Amino acid sequence: MNTNNNSVHSTELAGRSLDEIVYFSQHKFHGGVHPEEHKTLSNQSNIQALAIPPELIIPLNQHSGRQAMEVVAVGEQVKAGQLIAAAEGDLSANIHASSSGKVIAIEDRPIAHPSGMRDRCIVIATDGCDEAEWLPPIEHPFKADKQQLLRRIQECGIVGMGGASFPSHIKLMPEVNKLVINAAECEPYITCDDRLMREQANTLIAGIQLVMHLLNASEAIIGIEDNKPEAIAELKKTIKDAQTSASDKFAQNTSDLKNSSIKICVVPTKYPSGGEKQLIELITGKQVPSQQLPLALGLVMHNVATIYAIYQAITQGRPLISRIMTITGDAAQLKGNYLTRIGTPISFALQQADAESCDKVIMGGPMMGFEIFDTQAPVIKSSNCLIAAGKGELKATDAALACIRCGECADACPASLLPQQLYWFARSDDLEKAEQYNLFDCIECGACSYVCPSDIPLVQYYRYAKNELVQRAEEKQKAAHARERFEFREYRKKREKAERAERHKKAAEARKKAAHQKGQTDEKKATIADAVARAKARKKSSD
Amino acid sequence: MSSLTAVLILVCLAGVFGALLGYAAIRYRVESDPIVEQIDEILPQTQCGQCGYPGCRPYAEAIANGDDINKCPPGGEAGVKALADLLGRDIKPLDDTLEESQPTVAYIREDECIGCTKCIQACPVDAIVGAPKLMHTVIIDECTGCDLCVAPCPVDCIDMLPLEQDVRQWQWPNPANDTDDDNIIPVRQVS
Repeated sequence: MNTNNNSVHSTELAGRSLDEIVYFSQHKFHGGVHPEEHKTLSNQSNIQALAIPPELIIPLNQHSGRQAMEVVAVGEQVKAGQLIAAAEGDLSANIHASSSGKVIAIEDRPIAHPSGMRDRCIVIATDGCDEAEWLPPIEHPFKADKQQLLRRIQECGIVGMGGASFPSHIKLMPEVNKLVINAAECEPYITCDDRLMREQANTLIAGIQLVMHLLNASEAIIGIEDNKPEAIAELKKTIKDAQTSASDKFAQNTSDLKNSSIKICVVPTKYPSGGEKQLIELITGKQVPSQQLPLALGLVMHNVATIYAIYQAITQGRPLISRIMTITGDAAQLKGNYLTRIGTPISFALQQADAESCDKVIMGGPMMGFEIFDTQAPVIKSSNCLIAAGKGELKATDAALACIRCGECADACPASLLPQQLYWFARSDDLEKAEQYNLFDCIECGACSYVCPSDIPLVQYYRYAKNELVQRAEEKQKAAHARERFEFREYRKKREKAERAERHKKAAEARKKAAHQKGQTDEKKATIADAVARAKARKKSSD
Repeated sequence: MSSLTAVLILVCLAGVFGALLGYAAIRYRVESDPIVEQIDEILPQTQCGQCGYPGCRPYAEAIANGDDINKCPPGGEAGVKALADLLGRDIKPLDDTLEESQPTVAYIREDECIGCTKCIQACPVDAIVGAPKLMHTVIIDECTGCDLCVAPCPVDCIDMLPLEQDVRQWQWPNPANDTDDDNIIPVRQVS
């Protein structure tokens, strides 16, 4: 179904004689796959707000970087938007209460993580009033100082919402020429960005202008897959309006934006075109160098949902306390996109979507997501999708067979790696070799596993190998640190010994000198006399 | 005459090269045996002394002088393998009298501590802070888990606890050993 659909979309759009706003990508990336999309399951209805759950479980570590530090105590009343955990250092993010209520616990709770482990969370019993306390809006964002805007983004705890959850204010610090907006949403089932673009195109375009202003960028390109014609049309209309009329409420403030342009680059539907490096290659035709950031090409990429959050933070002072999440899958009766509060238990979200009788629950998409074992775990800032799989929808894997060296995986790899080689190296624990074969360029998209005729869980091997390499490097560093401390201690002991010997020598010399002065040549006698005198003095003082 | 010239030239050459070599020996002098450095690099630096030497470096020197490579339990089988690779020796199983240990960390039950400073003196990496007659505590990040502080404690208030694993240290399991497919991405079954 998918391939047919793609060509239909493509010809439709191509037939419409593309203008200066919308254009087709002239480039492609290596590999990729075409899994069935299943997007129509959830993208037919408007975004709805999910009810306030009785209990919000808000993890302190929802971002890459250091865990935030709680700033509220158990028993405290909090309002929606109130800071409850503060960032520790720059590479961290603030966490806010998503609704009003009372903090009832700060403890380890199950979290949405592939390990199924527990982590520190703040638990809020909501009172249903949803009393909010936003920060003051920044009145004229286009006249505001860059530092002020960045500080606001940091205060509001905005992180990248495409998956990696990297704190956004860091990504916005440098000045670049080109801003790329990731609206590809290439993974099957997920439609939250699609719906957001259809319904909030105005806000998004204003948000893009804001971020361009922040980055001092003259050009923004929205990368979007051709399976979202409605969203493309909506964005195009909005961009046109913003360009032609002064109806845009920022237009009068945006003299510096007159020369700037926002364009939409339509890319063919192919997984994983939404990967950062893949989308950049599709748009610019250039590859981001291995182990480097897009900044190396003078551009920065943000997800549409992040842009939306940034816009809200700046113009409304609203921290990141909710996100749009797709709830889909055969078992969900009320499939669709929901505005979900961060910290909503997955079980509650499933109940609201009438999806409790599901076979298993996947967070994220079917290609890169993971299974949720405990549905008490909460929705976090990066949770874009919940798949409530019905019976037989996402079946258990067949046992892996032997590799037949067909090379399908190498054809499918979007990072142009040699998955088969990497697999052998990972299997034989020859990890240095795997690293030499650029293991760390693997984006874990799962295209290789998808095409493997022997059902080998290839990505699993790469994840294991990456983890193991990182851990070994950490151990080595720790050992070097321990050695340094050990050696310093040895040095200190030696120095103390030398110092003691020196002191004794000096004392002996002093005694000798004193004895000499008193005219007593016998050093021993002098020492004894000294000691007797000291003892007498002490006795006297104690009496 | 010609033979004398040849001898003279050879003597001169010998002198020049001798001087060069002598200079190089002083100029590029290596302080210690580089193989010891390489061995020390592989050892885990817990400084626990289970090998019978007072620290990792002395054991590295002993290995360089021919001692067995299988006396380091914290390094484990992987450590023995790395040493065997480096030195071109055969891999030996870890010494039976020593067992491979899980990573641990020392924990002082602080209300029982009498402040004797004995553990502070025993710690090879200065990971314990405290003062005489005042409570001591272990800096977890610096502790190598060598358990040298346990024996000197007169009130037995030090426990060796397994290093707690949290989400940040969690690792994807190796699918080659892991028959449980719970963690495997359901990509293949997109129907």
